[in-house]
Amino acid sequence: MTEREERRFAEVPRESIKLMAESSGVELSEEVAALLAEDVCYRLREATQNSSQFMRHAKRRKLSVEDLNRALRWSNTETICGYGAQDALPFRPLKEGELFFVEDREINLVELALATNIPKGCAETMVRVHVSYLDGKGNLEPQGTVPTAVQSLSEDLLKYYQQITRAILGEDPHLMKVALLDLQSNSKIAALLPYFVYVISGVKSVSHDLDQLNRLLHMVKSLVQNPYLYLGSYVRSLVSSVMYCILEPLAASINPLNDHWTLRDYAALLLSHIFWTHGDLVSGLYHQILLSLQKVLSDPVRPLCSHYGAVVGLHALGWKAVERVLYPHLPAYWANLQAVLDDYSVSNAQVKADGHKVYGAILVAVERLLKMKALSLTLAAEGSGAGLPGTTTGAVGFRENSPGLSPPSEPLSEPPLGIASHLQAGGAGCPWEEWTPVSLPAMYCELYSFFGDSLAVRFSTGPPLGGATPPGPCQPLEGRKEPASSAPNLENTRKMPQLTASMNISPRQDGSPRMEPQPPSLAATVPGRSLARSSSSSSVSRSRSSSSHPGRSTSQSRDIFPKARFPLPQAGPPAFSFIIGGRQMGRRCQGRRFQTSFTPTPPLTTHPPRAYAHKLPVIGRVSKPVRRWTCSHYSLHLPL
Amino acid sequence: MTPLLSAPGEKMAAVQDAPMELDSEKETKPEILSDGTSNLSGNTASGTLSSPPLTAGGAPKQEDQQTLIAVLQFLRRNKLTESVDILRREACLEDQEDSQTLDGSGGGKGDGDGGDANSLLSRVSIASAAAPQSTLTPIPVKNDQPDVSVVLSAYSQQGDPSLYQVYYTGLKNFIESVLDCHRAELSQLFYPLFVHMYLELVYNNHETKAKAFFEKFSGDQECYYQDDLQILCGLTKKEHLKGNEALLDFRTSRFVLRISRDSYQLLKRHLQERHNNQIWNIIQEHLYIDIFDGMPRSKSQIDSMSGSFAGETRREVNKAKVFYGLLKEPEIEVPLDDEDDEAENEEGKPKKKKTKKDSMGSKSKKQDPNAPQQNRIPLPELKDSDKLDKIMYMKESTKRIRLGPENLPSICFYSFLNAYQGLTAVDFTDDSSLLAGGFADSTVRVWSATPKKLRKVKSAAELNLIDKESDDVLERIMDEKTASESKNLYGHSGPVYGVSFSPDRNYLLSSSEDGTVRLWSLQTFTCLVGYKGHNYPVWDTHFSPFGYYFVSGGHDRVARLWATDHYQPLRIFAGHLADVTCTRFHPNSNYVVTGSTDRTIRLWDVLNGNCVRFFTGHKGPIHSLAFSPNGKFLASGSTDGRVLLWDIGHGLMIGELKGHTDTIYALKFSRDGEILASGSMDNTVRLWDSMKAFDDMETDDFTAATGHIPLPDNSQELLLGMYHSKSTPVTHLHFTRRNLLLAAGAYNSQ
Repeated sequence: MTEREERRFAEVPRESIKLMAESSGVELSEEVAALLAEDVCYRLREATQNSSQFMRHAKRRKLSVEDLNRALRWSNTETICGYGAQDALPFRPLKEGELFFVEDREINLVELALATNIPKGCAETMVRVHVSYLDGKGNLEPQGTVPTAVQSLSEDLLKYYQQITRAILGEDPHLMKVALLDLQSNSKIAALLPYFVYVISGVKSVSHDLDQLNRLLHMVKSLVQNPYLYLGSYVRSLVSSVMYCILEPLAASINPLNDHWTLRDYAALLLSHIFWTHGDLVSGLYHQILLSLQKVLSDPVRPLCSHYGAVVGLHALGWKAVERVLYPHLPAYWANLQAVLDDYSVSNAQVKADGHKVYGAILVAVERLLKMKALSLTLAAEGSGAGLPGTTTGAVGFRENSPGLSPPSEPLSEPPLGIASHLQAGGAGCPWEEWTPVSLPAMYCELYSFFGDSLAVRFSTGPPLGGATPPGPCQPLEGRKEPASSAPNLENTRKMPQLTASMNISPRQDGSPRMEPQPPSLAATVPGRSLARSSSSSSVSRSRSSSSHPGRSTSQSRDIFPKARFPLPQAGPPAFSFIIGGRQMGRRCQGRRFQTSFTPTPPLTTHPPRAYAHKLPVIGRVSKPVRRWTCSHYSLHLPL
Repeated sequence: MTPLLSAPGEKMAAVQDAPMELDSEKETKPEILSDGTSNLSGNTASGTLSSPPLTAGGAPKQEDQQTLIAVLQFLRRNKLTESVDILRREACLEDQEDSQTLDGSGGGKGDGDGGDANSLLSRVSIASAAAPQSTLTPIPVKNDQPDVSVVLSAYSQQGDPSLYQVYYTGLKNFIESVLDCHRAELSQLFYPLFVHMYLELVYNNHETKAKAFFEKFSGDQECYYQDDLQILCGLTKKEHLKGNEALLDFRTSRFVLRISRDSYQLLKRHLQERHNNQIWNIIQEHLYIDIFDGMPRSKSQIDSMSGSFAGETRREVNKAKVFYGLLKEPEIEVPLDDEDDEAENEEGKPKKKKTKKDSMGSKSKKQDPNAPQQNRIPLPELKDSDKLDKIMYMKESTKRIRLGPENLPSICFYSFLNAYQGLTAVDFTDDSSLLAGGFADSTVRVWSATPKKLRKVKSAAELNLIDKESDDVLERIMDEKTASESKNLYGHSGPVYGVSFSPDRNYLLSSSEDGTVRLWSLQTFTCLVGYKGHNYPVWDTHFSPFGYYFVSGGHDRVARLWATDHYQPLRIFAGHLADVTCTRFHPNSNYVVTGSTDRTIRLWDVLNGNCVRFFTGHKGPIHSLAFSPNGKFLASGSTDGRVLLWDIGHGLMIGELKGHTDTIYALKFSRDGEILASGSMDNTVRLWDSMKAFDDMETDDFTAATGHIPLPDNSQELLLGMYHSKSTPVTHLHFTRRNLLLAAGAYNSQ
């Protein structure tokens, strides 16, 4: 039985007692030692048991030396000093004597004092608060996400959310379409908005996957178009996601086969869309966007694809943005771009190709800038009665409606009015001209010095409405053929050179998003913009008829169109001349030369040059395969 | 605050005398308090003893006699001969000494009692003859150790020690052979018999036989007695018995068993047939068998109630009437808007009735029938600032979230970081604006839980300079230079085990290992009073919900009631057999509840110091207690990880909440009493559906009569939620006035 107890409890053997007694000079008999040993054991156990009380009240699990000392104090026993350290005390055996002892190393006080490591436990005790929000069912709300204390998700909403995200990000294109459509029109998903915004902010994590990026951008589009959603401050988050797609050197762009250009174009379209429809929700958004675009543009370290994004972004925001940011920056940027374009080394081929993309983008942007400027000047000159059909300036002017010219403060009211509002705004006086730093001719001159003959402004006229639809979908190469079908008015007073390119986008009727039935919110803007860009009155009326708000146009604008349209054919038969670009620089670089190979093409059979009108809608034609994109204007400059 | 103890003051003086004297005269731990004082602390003068009579019957009971004898001896030793005479006369002790009347009227039980009275006395004298003092004959004070405990707990030598195993085995065989329904009940006998027989062997110096006995039968005992067995097995010498308070208590107090009449008869018949006098004597001497009529209880029923150091509760103990209702709230006019001046809260204005704290209780203006009289305990008058606070409270409570199983509170966890010195206690003010922490390094720290910083009052010299007439004088007296988020209070010389804010937020109490309770001012952040009385660590302290009074409990096994303006305690609540580990005031301030290491809970009447409720059932030391806001229920948590729910009015256990895996250090009811939150060392906070637990229980006077009700095992249904912290034991829980749950604990990096 003693053996069993020994197993349960540590016992002090009588030998130890004897030894201890001897060390203090006392000789003990066997019996006394035995009795003492037993008593010592008992007292030790008692002290240990008592000390556990201190441990419990100190709310600890670990018995400390201090606890035992307090228990010893209870029984009027001297406490043990020197073992108060918090570290574990190593208990070592000594082989020879079967002794066990606590290692007691000598401590170098100097070392200790000069030690650089900060001892534990010297920080100030403090209290920190952590809140666990419980929902009605007692589940913990996830931390760090959007707090939805106000609106708890119902089971159904949660399911909807899962289904929708799965469908959009999944493989089935049909499902995706359905999901996007529902997202566009569902009126009960306000509670899910933060979740969707969160999902969309995931663009950063899928920058290698163009497809996913595209899908996310579509999600943005659907959300923006949903008339029942109040985006509120989430606009900022959406814009930053879209900007990411526009500006960032995506992982997907490493592979030249990936058509990230399309993505950027689409994102740019989306950006302007968000801005025009929801820009009023966040103050200063316009300037923030401009600033970040400018920053990217002025950063030479950024890859060309980022610059491209900045340019198309500016372009999408309207010619005012181009004038303000791109134009003043052009001289500085041109040098860099020129250097890239002029490098014929093989290793540079890819970069050069990118450079051409940027070149093309800039060209398109400044062309429109010039046109818009001319228009605005004309309008200013003519006043609201800018109906003079005979003058070519008028012809230029009225056709080129400026999108995005109105100040950001009235984005919502303006786009739905479409052309009319532009005209009105233009006629009403000139908020736009006030900050025009450079006069049109000066600007033209400067731009011409960069682009040479590539810089052309189209003064195309639309063919009659009954004009045959394009003979067929454009082949990829068709873009190069430059089916500039419209009739430039050579007698243009401005004497601007010929148009460079105006391509016929055949799929307008079948695939262009502009033709798609559009929900009011998008219709409010995109048609307006596309109208603005259309160089032909016929396309104007077509788009108007196809758009959902024909009635919006004021009678005044109705007047203008016919007037503008009819005189044009009378101005003379369409005549084209293609001017080789880049001559001004004294060199013919490859990128520009190809333009010379264009043959004058089917004059009036094709649709009037609606290149500009098409540009953005084409960009937006995302569900179409990328191949089609090569028909687009930008791709003209892709030297394949 | 004015002294309010005019009425009980005199009584109190009487009460104070005896225990204080004891304290002062015995420099060692007052062992005598263990049992004797429970009576003394009641009111000796009135002659009623707090320990209730055994059974119905007129004769003085044995244990009372024992007590009286002990008291007499004590008095004699201290040469208080006059008192001796008076006591002897009043207690009619001589009569009984001379002519011990047999009490033949008590049925079976009575037989045993009566027949035993004489033999007890004779045995006591025999036993103490061994110790050099005999009990009753007045003996000159020649002995240095007239140990009172010896008188009370001497074990007589009965029979052959070597036969103890045989006796015990015989009983064991018998119990195992009886019908199932009786077996569970009779099995209760094992543990007390085992302990007493073992101690008797040890006491009579049969060391090896004791060890053998222990080895053979210790394995049979219920697992929840393991802790005691651990202590017991180390104890093998008679000398050890002397210093061991726990076992002294075990010997001096009678272990209470509750057995149905049928089972008891069975046992009695068996023992008489076998002439097993040894066991019968132990039962007679050291056990108290509470016999009830009715169905024998099941094993689970027994297990739920047993586990305490001294057996179960006698039913009689919990018969006393407890006024658990709430006091009527003072009528305060609620200003319609904040701008209203508080000074207008005087009589004659149209009053708006203050809503009661509890939604369950009646909101009528009538006095709750279960509530004590408004002035049963003198309470401090409300000051203007208190009224202001009440109004704030009312306003807050209108915004209170109604909690329920479908609507759980959010939890706000206050983690103490860098608390390497060890966080030992936490308290929040009622309005959750301040947070106090007691630390093992003897400091108390106070934090502001709001952006408002803590400021001291300016020094006296500076105070002289300010304009006392200005409206913002209360603002001006504060010293802006001292503003900080936290303040440290230094003064204790040992770990601070308990902290408690006064309801008016002007004071803070802290109790420490150094044996003192300190009162701190939260205006000046200095110590105002050190209350000395506990000579040993003070484990807990708690302010009355009305302020002014507070209670403390510690290692000296008593709880003391204090008033802030008295340096001596007003009451001493003695009766626990081990440390008083936690103390709480009843919401109506008329009662105090204490939990102890002896695994029992006692409810004390503040007015007369009596123990009015005695709850057993925990299997470990009790470390947390909480009253429901309506005062009707009590929740207790212990080291065994279980929360037990008690009906105070009927004195019954009504629920058991199992789930925690470690000591429960914090319990709190939500403001409406619908949710019970428990926090434990296992780093979890659990929320329980207390409404359901209370509603499911059908407690009426009939069930109360039996003393036990079937407990459903529905912990899982009642558990509404469990929330983990990363590595932070939960030390304290608090519901804000709007029912947000605040939890606090020290982050444990290991």
